[in-house]
Amino acid sequence: MAIEGDLVQMGAYVGAGLACTGMGGAAVGVGHVVGNYLSGALRNPAAAAGQTATMFIGIAFAEALGIFSFLVALLLMFAV
Amino acid sequence: MATEDSGSGLNIHPMDQFLIKPLFGGDGTIGLFTLTNVTLWMFIAVLCIVAVMVLGTRGRAIVPSRSQSIAEVIYGFVHKMVEDIAGKEGLRYFPYIFSLFIFILVANVIGLLPKSFTTTSHIAVTATMAMTVFVAVTILGFFKNGASFLSLFWISSAPLVLRPILALIEIISYFVRPVSHSIRLAGNMMAGHAVIKVFAGFAVVTWIAPASIVAITAIYALESLVVCIQAYVFTILTCVYLNDALHPHH
Repeated sequence: MAIEGDLVQMGAYVGAGLACTGMGGAAVGVGHVVGNYLSGALRNPAAAAGQTATMFIGIAFAEALGIFSFLVALLLMFAV
Repeated sequence: MATEDSGSGLNIHPMDQFLIKPLFGGDGTIGLFTLTNVTLWMFIAVLCIVAVMVLGTRGRAIVPSRSQSIAEVIYGFVHKMVEDIAGKEGLRYFPYIFSLFIFILVANVIGLLPKSFTTTSHIAVTATMAMTVFVAVTILGFFKNGASFLSLFWISSAPLVLRPILALIEIISYFVRPVSHSIRLAGNMMAGHAVIKVFAGFAVVTWIAPASIVAITAIYALESLVVCIQAYVFTILTCVYLNDALHPHH
């Protein structure tokens, strides 16, 4: 069985698949932030409303890194 | 995925939706003043903003009409955000922050319409906004605080041995701010739309077309939420950076 095609292109596709593992860490990070917010909010509901902004900022920072890894995967798939 | 029906594989090009094309044909080259689809959709976004904010509040009624109420809610939301985070001095820069928020929100939402173009998915657009915020905040920090703006990097609550290393880390993370600020918005928009396009490409294969349509609906719902959250996060991070410039003491 002969493999046809461009070796460089194969490397790009394999790299794209490997880059997607970064999104698992991002998902754990976002879940961690929201879980901590929930456990704090269930202990002290009155103080919870003031910290929703902080929660959203935390989610954005954690998710940004997952987006970076997805961006690398997309770039390798379609722009190399 | 199943490719038995598609011959040589699924021929989907999900990134073609982000190509910039000139509006009036010509020879396809894009010069400095060429009208492109990006220009058109940014203009449409500005028209929508003017329609809601300017024309909606034209009546100036004490009991607001519907569009005046929408404009007032958005104004009050951003005003409260700026005041909470950057304090009273930050309110001087409220018009700029409000322009950022409303433009990103409306441009993102317009990108959700079918056959439209998401202007904020391009790094060129978001990097311009993020670099403007970064340069403005840095210049503002030096004007308002002089050399004591550099106390932003010198953590006085850490042990003295660690302070140089921490200062280096703080300076690097300060310069990474515009990078992450711009890529967060552009990446979220591009990723959301590319995923929708990829799922739409799967609808060609007959047996998974219903699952593909359900998946597109779910991703569209998530994307609607992400659109509003990303506009909010861009603005709130701008307010945080502004607060760092106005009050740099750790």
